[in-house]
Amino acid sequence: MNSLILSTATRILMPAILILSVFVLLRGHNEPGGGFVGGLLAATAFALKEKAEGLAAARRALRFQPMSVAAFGLGCALVAGIWGGLLYGHFLQGVWPFLTTGPDGAKGGLPLGSIFLFDLGVYLVVFGTLCGILFALEEAVASDADTGGD
Amino acid sequence: MLLFWPVAIPFMTAVLTMLAWRSLRLQRAISVTGGVLLLASAIAIMAAVAENGPVAAQAGGWPAPFGITMVADWLSAVMVLITGIMAVATLVYGLADVTAAEERQGHHPLTHGMLAGICGAFLTGDIFNMYVWFEVMLMSSFVLLALGGEKKQMMGALQYVALNLISSIVFLSALGLLYGLVGSLNMADVAVRLPQAQNDGLVAAICSLLALAFGIKAAVFPVYVWLPSSYHTPPTIVSALFAGLLTKVGVYALIRSQVLFFDVSTPWMRLILLAVGILTMVFGVMGAVAQGGFRRVLSFHIVSQIGYMILGLAWMTPMALAATVFYVLHHILVKTNLFFIAGIARRHCHTEELSRMGGLYARYPGLALLFLIPAMSLAGLPPLSGFWAKLFILKAGVDLESWWPVVAALVVGFFTLFSMLKLWNEAFWKSPPEELPDKPDPAIGRQRWRVIPVVMLAGGTVAFGVFAGPVLDFSLEAAKELLNPQIYVDAVLGDRS
Repeated sequence: MNSLILSTATRILMPAILILSVFVLLRGHNEPGGGFVGGLLAATAFALKEKAEGLAAARRALRFQPMSVAAFGLGCALVAGIWGGLLYGHFLQGVWPFLTTGPDGAKGGLPLGSIFLFDLGVYLVVFGTLCGILFALEEAVASDADTGGD
Repeated sequence: MLLFWPVAIPFMTAVLTMLAWRSLRLQRAISVTGGVLLLASAIAIMAAVAENGPVAAQAGGWPAPFGITMVADWLSAVMVLITGIMAVATLVYGLADVTAAEERQGHHPLTHGMLAGICGAFLTGDIFNMYVWFEVMLMSSFVLLALGGEKKQMMGALQYVALNLISSIVFLSALGLLYGLVGSLNMADVAVRLPQAQNDGLVAAICSLLALAFGIKAAVFPVYVWLPSSYHTPPTIVSALFAGLLTKVGVYALIRSQVLFFDVSTPWMRLILLAVGILTMVFGVMGAVAQGGFRRVLSFHIVSQIGYMILGLAWMTPMALAATVFYVLHHILVKTNLFFIAGIARRHCHTEELSRMGGLYARYPGLALLFLIPAMSLAGLPPLSGFWAKLFILKAGVDLESWWPVVAALVVGFFTLFSMLKLWNEAFWKSPPEELPDKPDPAIGRQRWRVIPVVMLAGGTVAFGVFAGPVLDFSLEAAKELLNPQIYVDAVLGDRS
């Protein structure tokens, strides 16, 4: 599809959607949002890129194989689970390495730990899988068009 | 944490093989290492259960029934153990059998994804979580079936996925009703609450829906058609793994749900199971006798053998359940091995159509011997494992004076022997047809990787027969535990039950 309007708009929309997806991912820590929705959003950014500038451009923009991204995400989630398992004996138990509890019970420090790693994993799995499916479908459509379809 | 390793290890292996996408050599190394680690974790679980009785673990440290529970009692532990053994055997066999093209399409990650699903289904103590593991298993196995995309493969895969999706829907509907009725999905908690439910009709509906869902997975009459039409089409290693383990997940789920949730309250269900068991045995073996392809005969035999396991469940005495556990273990060992041998025979004869095979005994007597051990075991000749498995089932039936199933089991055993002899005559004994080339298929690859697991499994079958006594003691222990759900409930809920 060669639309000047779409490809110009994509240049602005794509970074905006990607930033929004990260925002949703982070927001999901305590409020509605999270890795799944964030991953969906990020995938729509690449779907837009693919529609505006073609499959090759979208693949270049992603740099990695979509399934490798998904695999890396699954790895993140697993590491998050095993981390808590090895430390506290319960698979998937939350680990907060940067969180400190004061003498009066007040919590301080950075609430970043295995829970976020798990959420990031979900984000990457959803994002990678959706991009993989999308690219594969587009490829099938393109090769059908080359051979005259069936 | 121990109970989560059989799930985490295959998943991790899948992740690493996917990240090592470019190097097939590295993928193979990771894959086999993952299988060995899975077996090691299964042995550790078995040891823990042997020492302390049933163990439970809670994901995230959330206490049951709020979090997701993993439970290993004797039955779960031994099922995971045999899964580990089969995983190592198939992965080693795969070193010779999987083509580079299949590897590039993701054979290794998918295999480990499926193993994770199988182990998860065996270990989970949460019925909804079991549904999730079923889906993990189904998706991986569906892609494995369809990889390569030959036409007959796609036909089989479509039937497989259609019937299994129906099973998933039925399962999910049952879960909805169950949750609505008792307000819990933790299996131990359900076992406590279900007898207090004042709604017999709904309990009966849940019971039969679950039986139908798991019955489809286990390939019992009349919902077994997906199995023979899909198991003979994929690569040898895939069908061997499926033949050994997938239907047994259904049998396991059937045993677990019927015994834990509905134990004695539903005599009509036992009557249905009895009828289903007999019909499964008979229809399976009739199908096998009529078939002309090596793996097709074996596929119908899976169905027929499932019938014996269902009989044991229907009688539900300690002896009968022990016989079922014994039967499941024996069958996984023997059936996987027969599929391995079918793969080797196919490479030698360039075909699996029995009419166009032949002469294997003259050219490869060692292979013929290796075939005879599991084949005669499956047919139930003493002193091999299959003899004892059938004997224990029959003994359980005779003790109850349940004569019709006993007669059916005997007749089916006779036909099993007959069709094993047919395989022997057609593929091994008769002189080869004229057009059969002398040389094996050039794609035969590193033969020793095929032979090692076949020899080990055949040795396992013999050992299983020789040490039938200890294995039976062990199965009786598992059966005793199954028949006393309180042990399971206590392991999960502790004092709060």
